[in-house]
This record gives sequence, structure tokens and C-alpha cells, in this order.
Amino acid sequence: MLDPARPVPRRTPHHLAHRLGPRLVGGLLSLLSVVVLGFFLFRVLPGDPALTMTRGRPVGAREIAELRARLGLDRPLARQFLDYLAGLARGDLGTSYEFRRPVAELIGERIGPTLLLVGTATVLAALLGIWQGARAGWRRGTRFDRRSVGVALTLWSVPPFWLGLVVLLVLAGGLGLFPVRGIRSPDTSLPVVLDVAHHLALPCLTLVAAVYAQYLLVMRASLLAEMDADYLTTARAIGLRDDQVRRRHAVPNALLPTVTLVFLHLGLVVSGAIAVETVFSWPGLGLLVYQALRVPDLPLLQGTFVVICAAVIVMNTLADLLLQVLDPRVRW
Amino acid sequence: MGRGRFGLLVAPWLVAAVVLALAAPPPAGAQQPETTTLRVASTQSVDSLNPFLAVFASSTELGRLMYEFLTAYDPRTQQPVPALAESWTVSPDRLTWTFTIRSGAQWSDGRPITARDVAFTYDLMLRDADARTANGNFVATFASVTTPDARTVVIRTKTPQATMLALDIPIVPRHVWERVPSIGDHRNDELPVVGSGPFVLTGYVPEQFVTLRANDRYWRGRPAVDEVQFVLFTNTDAAVQALRRGEVDLIGAGSTSGGMTPAQFEALADDPGVTRNRATGRRYIELLMNPGAATREGIPIGDGHPALVDVRVRQAIDRGIDRDALVRRLLDGYGQRGASIVPPVYPRYHWSPAGPAVRRFDLGAANRMLDAAGYPRGPDGVRAGPDGQALRFRLIGRGERAEDARVGQFVRGWLADLGIVVVPRMVSGAALDEMTTDGSYDLAISSWGVNPDPDYILSLHTCGQRPGPDGRGSTTASFFCDARYDALYARQLAELDPGRRAGLVEQMQQRLHDQAPAVVLFYKNALEAYRSDRFAPFQVQPDPGGVITGQNGYWGFYSARPLAARDDADRTAIGVGVVALVVLGGLTAVLLARRRRTGADERE
Repeated sequence: MLDPARPVPRRTPHHLAHRLGPRLVGGLLSLLSVVVLGFFLFRVLPGDPALTMTRGRPVGAREIAELRARLGLDRPLARQFLDYLAGLARGDLGTSYEFRRPVAELIGERIGPTLLLVGTATVLAALLGIWQGARAGWRRGTRFDRRSVGVALTLWSVPPFWLGLVVLLVLAGGLGLFPVRGIRSPDTSLPVVLDVAHHLALPCLTLVAAVYAQYLLVMRASLLAEMDADYLTTARAIGLRDDQVRRRHAVPNALLPTVTLVFLHLGLVVSGAIAVETVFSWPGLGLLVYQALRVPDLPLLQGTFVVICAAVIVMNTLADLLLQVLDPRVRW
Repeated sequence: MGRGRFGLLVAPWLVAAVVLALAAPPPAGAQQPETTTLRVASTQSVDSLNPFLAVFASSTELGRLMYEFLTAYDPRTQQPVPALAESWTVSPDRLTWTFTIRSGAQWSDGRPITARDVAFTYDLMLRDADARTANGNFVATFASVTTPDARTVVIRTKTPQATMLALDIPIVPRHVWERVPSIGDHRNDELPVVGSGPFVLTGYVPEQFVTLRANDRYWRGRPAVDEVQFVLFTNTDAAVQALRRGEVDLIGAGSTSGGMTPAQFEALADDPGVTRNRATGRRYIELLMNPGAATREGIPIGDGHPALVDVRVRQAIDRGIDRDALVRRLLDGYGQRGASIVPPVYPRYHWSPAGPAVRRFDLGAANRMLDAAGYPRGPDGVRAGPDGQALRFRLIGRGERAEDARVGQFVRGWLADLGIVVVPRMVSGAALDEMTTDGSYDLAISSWGVNPDPDYILSLHTCGQRPGPDGRGSTTASFFCDARYDALYARQLAELDPGRRAGLVEQMQQRLHDQAPAVVLFYKNALEAYRSDRFAPFQVQPDPGGVITGQNGYWGFYSARPLAARDDADRTAIGVGVVALVVLGGLTAVLLARRRRTGADERE
């Protein structure tokens, strides 16, 4: 907060480093605890990977014991932990139990589609929410306000998988305008960009519809908080049109909480959107995490956990820094 | 502020989207106009293309199409018939098997298939633990594998093995695999993958498509269809839509999960171009009753309810469960009532109770049985045992399987009428497996798929399958341990006459039913559907009444015969147009708004 007794320092590189330093150290510390947590958290999960992986197949006790040894599950926990740490230090996230492939490779394969879907949807939802929220708040109590909030809240309350199914059944199944699955068609004459965009349309639409309400409500609420501010009266007194007062004065001041929210969600983009990914057979990370949980595929769970947490931590640190740029008051 | 920064926010995503879209791999199996493709909706991802490592049902199905086996199961009789081995003999002690490999069969790269390839495959599994990952159990009793000449394989086993004509092991080409440095790390994705089955793997995009081309050198003759393509769906509703629109030609029964629901199956009834296939299933669903879990040495483990150790309580519970109602109300009639652990899909070995052995659903009789056994009702109506402990049973089921929770509710209702309290709890599949293996359950819902040879499923109920002294190494399905059952098991294993062996197998099921360590509730139908306007009827297994996919063999896919080309008049263009319009419209709106604002600013 602004301390009136403290002189406002000039922004020098020295000060920048001072402010950056603690944040980066904080971020690193969080990351370290994530690394430790990631290992022990998933070992508390019920279930024996060797049992789940052999379940329903003709195996004997010898095969199960062999599998356990191969996965390293028969080694002491401390030894497993050290191996895991040593691997991480080398940038090796381990090998998936089930897929028998490096975890980093599996994540790399799925992270693209996830970033594309959830990233696009988050940005679109934020834009739509901020735009509608600002207008709804500005014209509070009007029919536009009531309708926007009503529609947004309804979509927010609907379970995303159900919404996705309805969208899929009507627009893809019934009308046949969009593909029913995946990110590519097995046979198409379309250029890749168009084909992917065509596949992206419905899952993206579903995801935007499901989440934009939160941006709308936050934006609307923070705009309402600004409505009676003196500077708006001043702006009007200068003779600015209503539209300009909103755009140039009210919205920028009301934007801060929403920007924070957007960045928090950009961090979570990596974690994917399992419900929507499942409905549209989108080959993303959300589905991979779910598959891993079923076993539990410990290296895969640890790997995705570390990557997702790292993304959140990085985005939060970025949001912290960006906030200082956006809001002069935070600059001490 | 605002607009400029939003631009900054959007720009990276647009760039990322474009880059990703451009970098995405080209569509698998780009279509020649004259190529006929059987497109199959698959509901499970592929864990590995390496047949030694692959354990998912989807991957083993691929293995069956890519590699020939030593013997196959006839689709009609479900009895072993020649495949790579054209004939075989067995020594009187059932320990030495001599297989004659057919001459003239070739790998897809033109090299001949010889006995050395067969021996190499089995030898590899004996030498290398990684190679035993998927099918190690089949070679567990192997002592040696030798090849006296290029057409003869001799396998010596340490003990008689019932499954010697059902070795579910894909035979791999020695000239390719002897160069593999580490089986555990080998992905087997060098396309086209050299194989010997009816199809050759030619395309693989993880989590999306698998493409196989007809093998021109297949020894039974090239398949009629040019290509089989598996398309992954993580949502069966979408797969049904795709079938209706002709984007896929076949929806299989799926593995343990992912198949069509009765409602989806019924919805396809009116579709003129679609034919549905309701097949008898190979899987049974049972209610386990902890009969007193113990180690091989007989030391009790787990925390099962003591009353369930009493066989009379288990038999009474059996009489208190209305299997017909479960089939009718839970499966909408798409199933058969349960009888024993060998499903009726295998009529040679299936046994179902008849005459006085039948425990018909009768709550009154079940109540009388419990009264007579010394479990009187307390003041609250709940029965208690001689030790005073109330009959209050925990019931665990698999949360991922929707029907388990409903089975739990039904069972709770029926047993309440018997004065037994049932507390259902759904847990993850992994947790369920762990709890049933540890003996930490009273009642549990379990399920097994059964192979044509009943040996394995029967073995799961023998005393020796219980855990060792450290609690590890357990493969028991029920903690059942019965001297009579074990004696019958040993006899069927050594019995050479098929008819006499079937009789012993039936006696074993009878004994299990009598001792009731579990109630076999029902066998679900396998529900499949295909575009009959594009494909002729497929070869099912068993024939009649069997499945097209998930067979013990490749008959379904091998028999695919295309009738008409795919109708490609779809509305993709409209959809793409809509997307383009929305994007362009949005951009225009933004630009217009900017211009208006700029104009307004200038006018100030």
C-alpha cells in the first residue's frame, strides 16, 4: 500500500532488482516445495500400480513381482525419492509406467493441443467477459445488464460436459457443420490451419461459454465500485461523452482485479480442461492426467504436476510484476 | 489503456495457434480415391505398439491384426485351429509339444516365416523380463524351445500347460527384432512395421489415428478391404454421431469400459444404413463375499466380516439377489443372468445350475436359511451372529463404472429385507483392486473377461493363488480355498480327452456355486454397430451371436468386405465458412469500433 510517509523512489535498475529478487526467490521456493510435494502426494493415493496394470490379464505372481521390480516399486521410498530428484536435476521427468515412454515426451505431445484450446478459450472468454461486464456495470439495472448476467450465470452453472454434449449433438451431430472429434480429420482436403480451426470451434465455444461469467462478474463488480468516484464526475464535467468516460476513465481503473484473474487462469491453462477434452476427444493434458490417476502412473503424475504448478507459479510471478506496471500504487 | 494491451494478450495466442496448426502432422493415411477404408471408432488409447509390452485391449487388438499366432481360435467352434503351425503333436506326458510350421508363409517384407522366428520370439520372452510384460504367463512353465529344422518347433514344459494351443503371443520377425537393443524401450513404430498378420501398420498419430494397410503377402490371402483405420473417441456419444453421419463404419464393443450403452444402441435402431450387433459377452460381473481371506499358509489377513466365513450366510445372500431384475432394470435386458464364472459364450465349458442346485430368488427362503443358521434378528430388525456381531457389511464398487453404484443400491435393498445392513461405497478402480487383493472387504463388485480356454479363470480360485507370508504375490480372485476344487483343477489340467476335461470343468463350477465365494450376477451383452450400406456383414466370433471386435483372433476385421464408397457429401465447408465468418466478423467489428473511436477522438 501507499505509505505517505515514505518518499516515492525513482525507478532505477537497482530498485527493479530489489523488487524482482524476492519474487523470484519466492517463486523458486514454491517450485521446490512442489517438487517435494509432487513425490509424496501421489504416493498417498490408494492403489498399487503393478496390480492395476495387470488387472484382468492372465498373469501369475511372478509377473506381478517382475513388474514391480521393473517399475522400481520394490525399492525403499527414500531411494525412490533420491532417484526422482536426481532425474529432475538432469531434466528427466522419468518414464511413464503405462506408456513406457519418457514423461516429458508425453507431455510435449499433449501440451500443444491443450495450449491451443484452453489458451484460445481463456483469452476469448476474458475479452468477452470484460467487454460485457464493463457495459453491464455501466448500465446497471437495465435489461442489457440483467440479460448479460442472467445468461452468463446460467452457462456458468451448467456442467461443462453436458453443455459440450448438447453443442456436439446439435452443431456436429445433427446439423453436421463441425467434426465430432479430435483436432484433425483422418482425410481432408482442407489446409491444416483451417482443419484445426474447424475442429477447435466447438470445444472452444463450449469452454468460453462455461467460463466467461467469472470475468464478467468481476469486471462488473469492480466497475460498479468505481461508479461514484469523483474523477468520473470530473470527467463528465470536462464534457466527455458517456462512452468516453467509461472507456478512458472507469474501465482502466476497474480492470486490475480482472487482469489478476486472467493471469491466474493463464497459469492454469496448462492443466487443460478435462471435461471438454473428453467430450470432444481432444488430445490434451487433462485427459492424460486422468489416465495417469487411474493407475496411478506415478512418474506421469509427478511430471504433469510439476509442469502445471511451474506454469501457475511463473504466471503468478508475471502477474505480480505486471501489476506494478499497470497500477502505479503498487510501486511503493 | 485497454485496447493496446489486449492486442498484446491476443497476439501470442494467434501466433501460437497458427504455428501449431502449421506444425501439426499431416493427416494419417491420406486417401486415394480408389482406396477402401474400414474406419473404426476406438474408445481406448494405445499404450504401446510393441507387442511384448502392449497390454491395453486396443493395443492387443492391433497386435492381432499385425502378427500371426502359432494357432488361432476358429470363429464358429472356438476350438484351436492351425495358423502359423499347420499341425502339432503332444507327448503322452503332455510335456513335449512339437509344432510343424507351414511352408510358404512370408513376412510383409517378403522374407520367409520359419520355425526360427517362432523359437526366437519365445526364447526372447524366456531371456528378457521386459519381453514378458504382456504375455509372460504363457511361457511361465516353458523349460526349453528348440528348432530341429526350419519347419519344426519343439517346446518342452516343466508341468502340463492347458493353454499350449492358445498361446496368445504374436510371433515377431527375428531378422527385425534381433537388432533391437532393449525390448523395454523399443516402440516398434518404424513404418511400415514388418508383420505377418492380415494387416500391416502404416500410420500412427498418438491419441488420434492408427492406420493399417492390407497385407498382400498374408498367407490366408489378402483382405478384401485396403485399409483399416482406428479413430480414437473419448466419448461414445460422439462415436455414435460419427457412425450416423458415416464418418466411421464400425463401433466395437470396447474393452472394460467405453462401449455403447443400451440407450445409445437402441437409438441406432431406426437408422436405415446401420446394422446393430448384439453379441453375447465374455465378461461376468460378480459380487464377491469375503470367505475369510488368508495367506497360502492359512494365516488370516484383511478385515472381512466373520459372518461371511459361514457358507450358509453366503448361500442365503445368493438367494436374496434377484439376478433377473438386475438384467431387466440395470441392463435394460441387454445381458444374461449370471450362473458361473465360465460365461455361456463358451457352451463347451459353461455350467449353470439345474434342478435342486438352483438358488431361485426367494427372500422368504433366504430369511429362513438365516434363521436356521443361527443369525436371529435383533430389536432393530438387524440380524446378528452367534458372536453378537451385527450383520452390517461394507460393499465396495468401482466408481468409474456407473453400474456398480446401481448394483450396490439394488443389493442394499434386497439384503435389507433379510435383516442385513449393506453400506455401499464407490472407490477408484486402483483402490478397489488393492482392497480386494488385501482382503479388506466384506462385499465387493468385481468383473473378469474370460478366454476360450477356462484354465486361467479357474486357476484364480485355487488355494495357491492366495498371497504369500508377506501378503504379496496374490492373484486370487476370491480368496476361495477348497481341497475338492483344487483336486478337480489338477485333474482337468492333466486330462487329455476334451470331453472328460469339459466334465471336470463343469464340476469345478458346480463346487464354486455350492460354496458361493461370490454371486455371479450377470453377463453383459457386447453392443456393436456398423454401416451396412458400406460393408457386408462381418464374421463374428462365436458364430452365431458373437462379436466383430475384441475377438480371440482377427476374423472380424479380416472379413471386412466393402460394398459402396463413402458418401463424402458432408457439410464441412459450411462449418469452415461459419468459423471464417465469425473470425472475420469479429475482426471487422473491432476495426470498425476502433475507427469510430478514433473518429470520435478527432472530433473532440
